[in-house]
Amino acid sequence: MVNAHTQPSVKITIQNLSVYYDASQVLRHINCEIYQNEILGIIGPANSGKTSLLRTLNRLNDRVPAFRMEGSLMIDGVDVYKKIAVHSLRKRVGMIFALPVPLPLSIYDNIAYGPRLHGVRGRKRLNELVEDGLRSAFLWDEVKDRLELPAMKLSGGQQQRLCIARTLAVGPEIILYDEPCSGLDPISTAKVEEAMIRLKKDYTQILVTNNTKQSARVSDRTAFFLQGELIEIGDTEKLFTVPQDKRTEDYISGRFG
Amino acid sequence: MKTKDIGVAYLVEKFAFFMLLVSTLIIVVPVILITIIIIQNGIGGLTWEFLTENPRLGMRAGGIFPAIIGTIYLVLGTMLFALPVGILAAIYLSEYAKDNWLTRLIDMTIVNLAGVPSVVYGLFGLGLFVTFLQFGASILAGSLTLGIMSLPVIITASREAIGSVPQSFREASLALGATQWQTVRRVVLPNALPGIITGTILALSRAAGETAPILFTVAAFYLPRLPQTIFDQCMALPYHLYVISTQVPNIKPEIQYGTALVLIMMVMVMNVTAVLIRAQFRKRKQW
Repeated sequence: MVNAHTQPSVKITIQNLSVYYDASQVLRHINCEIYQNEILGIIGPANSGKTSLLRTLNRLNDRVPAFRMEGSLMIDGVDVYKKIAVHSLRKRVGMIFALPVPLPLSIYDNIAYGPRLHGVRGRKRLNELVEDGLRSAFLWDEVKDRLELPAMKLSGGQQQRLCIARTLAVGPEIILYDEPCSGLDPISTAKVEEAMIRLKKDYTQILVTNNTKQSARVSDRTAFFLQGELIEIGDTEKLFTVPQDKRTEDYISGRFG
Repeated sequence: MKTKDIGVAYLVEKFAFFMLLVSTLIIVVPVILITIIIIQNGIGGLTWEFLTENPRLGMRAGGIFPAIIGTIYLVLGTMLFALPVGILAAIYLSEYAKDNWLTRLIDMTIVNLAGVPSVVYGLFGLGLFVTFLQFGASILAGSLTLGIMSLPVIITASREAIGSVPQSFREASLALGATQWQTVRRVVLPNALPGIITGTILALSRAAGETAPILFTVAAFYLPRLPQTIFDQCMALPYHLYVISTQVPNIKPEIQYGTALVLIMMVMVMNVTAVLIRAQFRKRKQW
């Protein structure tokens, strides 16, 4: 599973994680580790628990009254549910949603929203963070002359990169992507993927995608989920060429899903 | 057979359309008639003197200035009390409260409060504010009574406005590490505010026209001078209208209708403001 010649450090440890919404179980005894600075692709058909895993990771599921979990989830060895305040966790674990969600504010204020939450006040510092964020998300050149424009006026692909920039501006360690390109055209998709690959040096990223080819293009390792179970996890190249499990092979070759 | 079916369906359609139209006209006609009659009879009484002077000769001459001022005070007092309480309660109920028996009980209470007859609010205000808390018949007691009467409407409108802010905005904010309160203050409230203000103005315009709740709690038959503190009584337009329509014989109709005209103009100005705010917001709204 792990390349013998590298010793990646573990960023996220998931131990025997089960997730329920009321009586229905959406994740079953998941065990896996996610490494520092990797992109982990998560593929699988609908209802396989991919999104639930992400929303459990940054505890957005806390908002769902029916949500219940067993097992443990650790970042840098620290239990996410027992040892970290939820808002400081979410500052460290950013999330990009399937549909871009620009807040009804200007481009500038969208990016500055997070830093302002966390107490950054000086105009100069905010300007820096906004520019850095937009540059890292490859949006700066397209919007630098109209930062006061409502963010909702941007195209879908630009909005999604704006959301990435906004997430980067709070300085996360981990970025979760929940089917980030499902509403985007191929060119916008390529730009988002390019951004993800360049962000690898600074961030650990988890990419949930319905598009197996996207995982093959972008991720270092890929995990295949089916009906709440982690069927297989491994180097992307290996998983796509010599899958160990018949169900993985069926899914990536398009026989179901 | 087939053509007959079509014929029946066509007639039913025509009839249904006609009934819908008639029902709609039944709503509109009284509104127009009320407006026309009041304007026709009252416009002659609307002079500068009428708006700015005290009543004289046992209300048969002079103006209604104290009643106008009294109603403005009462509306402001109602707003000062009901708006913050209403918004905070609505935020609590929509953003914080868990769905349990207590929340459901509160929900039911609010719905029922909205159905309580206004005279009952008047008696309640008399019992609680005037007598028990010893505010006496005063602007304070009247405003609190009107405020409690307005709360269900303000809370319901605010919850609706808060509920119409997309969940995705909240999640985007929370995912950036915002606390729930930061999310409420920076994302939810700014986007819900126009709806909250609209609902509040409508509730206040209702309160401005109510007679029963102020009858025992604040309204004075006649006062020679304007109220000085919130513990003073005041005159108010709806009660004044009641007085000059029932208690004062041989009064000129243009004084009665003029008073009614001033009252509905105040209410209409408030309602139109609410509509304008809503329209302005819809135009600017980006989602």
